Amino acid sequence: MKRVWMNGALNGVYALSVSMAIWFAPQTALAQATAASSGLTAGREAPLMAEDPKLEARLVDISQELRCLVCQNESLASSHAELADDLRREVRELIRSGKSDQEIKDFLVARYGDFVLYRPEVKPLTWVLWFGPFLLLVIAAVGLGMYLRQRRALAAPAVLSDEARERAKQLLKG
Amino acid sequence: MKKVLIPLVLFIGLVVFLAVGLKRDPREIPSPLIGKPAPHFTLFTLEGGDAKFSPSDMQGQVWMLNVWATWCVACREEHPVLVAFAEKNQVPIVGLSYKEIQPQDPAYKAPFDEKLQLARERSEVWLKRHGNPYVTSVMDMDGRVGINYGVYGVPETYVIDKAGVIRYKFVGAVSPALLAEKILPLIAELNKS
Repeated sequence: MKRVWMNGALNGVYALSVSMAIWFAPQTALAQATAASSGLTAGREAPLMAEDPKLEARLVDISQELRCLVCQNESLASSHAELADDLRREVRELIRSGKSDQEIKDFLVARYGDFVLYRPEVKPLTWVLWFGPFLLLVIAAVGLGMYLRQRRALAAPAVLSDEARERAKQLLKG
Repeated sequence: MKKVLIPLVLFIGLVVFLAVGLKRDPREIPSPLIGKPAPHFTLFTLEGGDAKFSPSDMQGQVWMLNVWATWCVACREEHPVLVAFAEKNQVPIVGLSYKEIQPQDPAYKAPFDEKLQLARERSEVWLKRHGNPYVTSVMDMDGRVGINYGVYGVPETYVIDKAGVIRYKFVGAVSPALLAEKILPLIAELNKS
């Protein structure tokens, strides 16, 4: 009997640890992969950094704000896609030719669209994107307010008639 | 009744909204170049020698620009479709050989002329084996022209009108259905005007 219980407990612990392992594994793997890949970038970009650290710093600054089109959820600064390499080369050249950050971003937007910007410009086309969540918040707040008001009206304080009050007094005395 | 109905309608609305979002292809990025003049370039052609091609050479014609490379797997899938389409002679297709020599290729660091020579040879062999749907192919060795056209995945296909304006862009392998339903009607319409 005890054995069975032990088995059950062990099974439980085992299942828990497996599920925890599954839960944590992707994150750890991802963290390791990111660490490894950033190490790689540093290795490959090092000679260029030495060449012109100011330019590279600006390149990183600008490309962190830009999306890599191949991997989509990675910035141009961290992506290893070949296109990202090419686009970094392009940005480097634009920096060298004295273009401003805005001009460089415009260069990429003209070719790849607003999608390359992690922070798209505020313009009529992107209004929904920028203000939609706040609009939803306002709608929800108004809805909640109306609902609470309705409830308060429902729970109007019960007014005791004089008669009832008298009876209550009597009961309390007794 | 109302108490059940309102949340239900809201819930169904949310489900539909999310379902539509799930079905959409995140790779499909609307190109800002539609309706804009096709970016200018002058590139060597595949045919060899010093012959160069520019989009202005196609002025007055509706034409297609197809981005391809011999290393591109999806191009292999697309290619027979393009070859069959080209046989009908409905529209001239210009190929844009995109970065034929890849950075991981040992020949990548070779001088430009050598690289161009190698790229031409490889492309020619490939086109001989798989068929050549192109009136000409231009060699975009460093991918710069690709960047100007907003290329982010090969193959890509553009439809350009008589005035040199980009009218349509498709990312991925063109299918016979896409040609019949979308591209051909568009070309017919553009040819009329």
